[in-house]
Amino acid sequence: MRFMVIVPASPESEAGAMPSTAELEAMTKYNEELVKAGVMLAGDGLHPSSKGLRVRFDGRDRTVIDGPFTEAKELIAGFWIWECASRDEALEWLKRAPFDGGVQIELRQVFDAEDFGAELTPELRDTEQRLRDQVAERR
Amino acid sequence: MSPTATQRTIDAVWRIESARLIAGLTRIVRDVAVAEDLAQDALVAALEQWPRDGVPDNPGAWLMATARRRGIDALRRRVTLERKQELIARELQTLQQLDLADQVDELEDDLLRLIFMTCHPVLSRDARVALTLRLLGGLSTPEIAHAFLVSEGTVAQRIVRAKRTLGEARVPFEVPGRDELAGRLSAVLEVIYLIFNEGYAATGGEQWTRPALCADALRLARVLAGLLPREGEVHGLLALLELQASRLRARVGPRGEPVLLADQDRARWDQLLVQRGLAALGRAEALSGALGPYALQAAIAACHARAPSVERTDWPRIVALYDALAALTGSPVVELNRAVAVTMAFGPEAGLELVDALAEEPALRGYHLLPSVRADLLVRLGRTAEARAEFERAAGQCANGPERELLLARAAACA
Repeated sequence: MRFMVIVPASPESEAGAMPSTAELEAMTKYNEELVKAGVMLAGDGLHPSSKGLRVRFDGRDRTVIDGPFTEAKELIAGFWIWECASRDEALEWLKRAPFDGGVQIELRQVFDAEDFGAELTPELRDTEQRLRDQVAERR
Repeated sequence: MSPTATQRTIDAVWRIESARLIAGLTRIVRDVAVAEDLAQDALVAALEQWPRDGVPDNPGAWLMATARRRGIDALRRRVTLERKQELIARELQTLQQLDLADQVDELEDDLLRLIFMTCHPVLSRDARVALTLRLLGGLSTPEIAHAFLVSEGTVAQRIVRAKRTLGEARVPFEVPGRDELAGRLSAVLEVIYLIFNEGYAATGGEQWTRPALCADALRLARVLAGLLPREGEVHGLLALLELQASRLRARVGPRGEPVLLADQDRARWDQLLVQRGLAALGRAEALSGALGPYALQAAIAACHARAPSVERTDWPRIVALYDALAALTGSPVVELNRAVAVTMAFGPEAGLELVDALAEEPALRGYHLLPSVRADLLVRLGRTAEARAEFERAAGQCANGPERELLLARAAACA
C-alpha cells in the first residue's frame, strides 16, 4: 500500500526560514531510517507559498492568484511517499517522526489505478498514452 | 486503545522491528533458532502488557530489552542446571556480551549477517526463501504458506529444519570475506529474485500475480541496497525489481487474466517505480565495470520502460543486451528470450531459427514458454495450424490457471 504523508507549513516555513541544524539532523536521521527499511519511495520539501500561485477555474475563465496565501497550517510544506504493508505500519513509522509543538501530520493512502474503476475509461487511458508518447519523444 | 487496535499496533511493530531484533539477538546467542524464540517471547510479552499498560514510546527498544532479559534468565537457568565448567565459561562470556550489546551501529551489520545466514548455500532454495521471508521479511508461517500455496505444516517444518541445518553446519554469523563475498552475495540476490518472481508470475495456482509477495521482495532489495551501497549488482537487482514491479498493475486484465507486454496499457505503468528503477540502474552502471546478470536484465527492462510502444522499442539494443546476458549465464531461457528480441528486431524467420535450435535443449524440456514462443513466431509467419498445436502443447505444460487459459484461447484463435 502506498501512502502520502503531508507536512503542513508553519509561519517559519512560509517566511522561508530554513530548519535549524538540530532539526535537519533529526530529519536526516529519520529519512535514513525510512530509506534503510525500504519504506520511503520519495519525499521533498516545498518552497514557501510566496513563490507559488493558484489558478481559479470558473467556466472558461482562468484567474491567476499569486502567493503568498494565508492560513499557514492549511498549506503544505513537504511530503513523503511511503510503501508499507498496512496503514498500521505507516502509522507506526509516522509516530517516530521528529515533530513537536502540536504540529499535525496527515497520513493518506494513495489511490491505485484500480480504485478509479470505470471512471478511467479506455478513451481517457488512450489520451494518457498519447501524452506519454509525446513526452517520450521530446526526451 | 482497544485490544484489537493494540494487536494491530503489535503486528505493525513486529513488521518493522522483527528483523533487527532477531539479528541483534543472533549476534548475542549465536543461534538463530534461539534468537527467534526470544524475539517471539518478547512479542508474547508485548501482547500481554501493551493492551494493559499502553504501547511504549520506543516499541523496538522495549522488545529488545525484554528479549535480552529473557535471554539472560534462560542462560542463568541453564548454567545452574548444567554446571559444566566449560559451559559456564562460555555462557558467562555470552552474558557479558549481553551487557555490551547496546551499540546501535552494530545493528545494521547484524542485519546483513542475518541475511547471509538465511541465504546460506548449505540450505535448499525453498528453505532459504522461507527462512528469509520469516526472519527478514517479518512474515508469519501462514503468510508464507499462503504465498507459496503450500500447507502451513510444510512451511513450519521447512523453517525448523533450516534452522537445525544452520546450527549443525555451524554456519557463522558473519559477513563473508572478500574472497567469498561474490558467490555468497549472488545466493542472497537469488533468494530475493525468487521471491519476487513467485509474486510476479506465479508458477502455480489460480492467480496470475501476487503483488504482496513482490512488495516483500522489493522491500528486501531496498534494505539490501542500503546495507551494501557499494555493490553494483545489488543495485542491479533492485533496478530490475523496481522496473518489473512498475508494470505489475498493467499485467493483469479485469478478469484476472495475464496481459502480455505487447498488449499492456503503458499509461498504467507506475512512473514512480520506473524512475526509481532507472536511478538504481544508473547506480549499478556507475559502480560496476561490466554489468552483472541482474543489472543486464534491468537494462533490458529499462529499454521497455523508456519505450512509448512495442514498435518504438530499441530492439537491437535489447538483442545486444541479451547477447551479453547469454554470454554471462549460458542459460537456455536467456537464449529463448533473445530469440524473441531477435524476432522483434530482425523478423520472425530469424527468431524461429534460434528457437528451433533450442528444441533439443534438455534444460527447456517441459518448459511451457518454449512451445509458447514458437507458436507466437509461427502465427507471425502465417503457419497457424502448426501454431495451434504448439499453443496446445504449451497449455499442457503450464501450471498456472490464468496463463493456461490464455494459451488455450490463443490456440483456439488459430483457426
